[in-house]
Amino acid sequence: MPLTIPREEYMQQGHTACAGCGATLSMRYVLKGMGPKSAVVVPASCWSVIPGELPYTSLKVPLLYTPFASAGAAISGLREGLDAQGKQDYNVIAFAGDGGTADIGLQGLSAAVERGHNVLYVMYDNEAYMNTGIQRSGSTPYGAWTTTTPVGSKRDYKRENKKFVADLMMAQNAPYVATAAIGFPEDLERKLSVAKSIKGPKFIQILSPCPPGWNYNSADTVRVSRLAVESRIFPLYEFRNGKLTLFKPSKTVPVSQYLYLQGRFSHLYDSEVKVIESAVEERWQSLLRKEQV
Amino acid sequence: MPILPITYVSTSTREMSSWRTSKPIIEYSKCTRCAICWKFCPDVAIDLVSDPSIKSPNEKFSSLEAPLINLNYCKGCGICATECPFGAIEMVREEI
Repeated sequence: MPLTIPREEYMQQGHTACAGCGATLSMRYVLKGMGPKSAVVVPASCWSVIPGELPYTSLKVPLLYTPFASAGAAISGLREGLDAQGKQDYNVIAFAGDGGTADIGLQGLSAAVERGHNVLYVMYDNEAYMNTGIQRSGSTPYGAWTTTTPVGSKRDYKRENKKFVADLMMAQNAPYVATAAIGFPEDLERKLSVAKSIKGPKFIQILSPCPPGWNYNSADTVRVSRLAVESRIFPLYEFRNGKLTLFKPSKTVPVSQYLYLQGRFSHLYDSEVKVIESAVEERWQSLLRKEQV
Repeated sequence: MPILPITYVSTSTREMSSWRTSKPIIEYSKCTRCAICWKFCPDVAIDLVSDPSIKSPNEKFSSLEAPLINLNYCKGCGICATECPFGAIEMVREEI
């Protein structure tokens, strides 16, 4: 049987991610797509503990840890350093979580895109600060339970909407912006090969479900990510040369099907699910309008 | 600055099997070698091996590469069992 994604593994066994981790699959696919001539920069996030403690490492490519806010600055410096040594064929990748991208690292990312370095910034979006114990981030969606937006006798679930960093990068007119989901690895590999062919700052946001943080059975990781796309709550799109291309799933499912699978949304009443449904539809329509411009 | 050697040890030298509460068992007589389990394994614990002696639904499939689960690394998340389109993988509870 021909394989649909590259066979080579640059992420090795024995890492310390939870069972069913979506972020690990993201890294596996990104390194498969980018190849052995890559250097990965990881700010504080789940991925700063997954590769293992010294002297262990689970990646076959060089890995650089940076403070929380500096992934954008570190990839800029690494790129310029490699270029000065004449190593233009190396790919420089930042692999940051949503806290390190949407909240703490946003200025570093925005500045790196503005300066126009030839780098790839991957945001693996697990929609909260999972490594430190599921605290709410700017990327947490409306209605979600986290440890800082708890739901008990007082229903203090998150009342603010998700910040879509890919939309921000589109507004900044980055040469290549894409969203992807681990449930569609072939689509992600294609987007990575497009990103590889473009010189300049690239940004890819990958939805990476988290079994303990989203409170679902670890066997459902890929299913949840696929449902997120089919229910349009996480639309897949590509932005290149100022043109937006939206992926329209052939099969659509109600948003409630995605929400009910996860414990973090189990407190929502039907009326609140309706609010989410209408917000999802509104965003979908606005993306459709942007596509036609 | 003196140049220091940097040593590293691959994490694949250690076992992860103690994390597991249930393990996947492949029923090869149902396996069509589609490699979907290999594609979605977050622990890279599934190898593709060419071994014609492994059972297969019929002759046509026996020449293809079969998935082989490396139980040293499998954490028992169960993604392979959920994603297998032919229901050829079953999660079996680990005995202590």
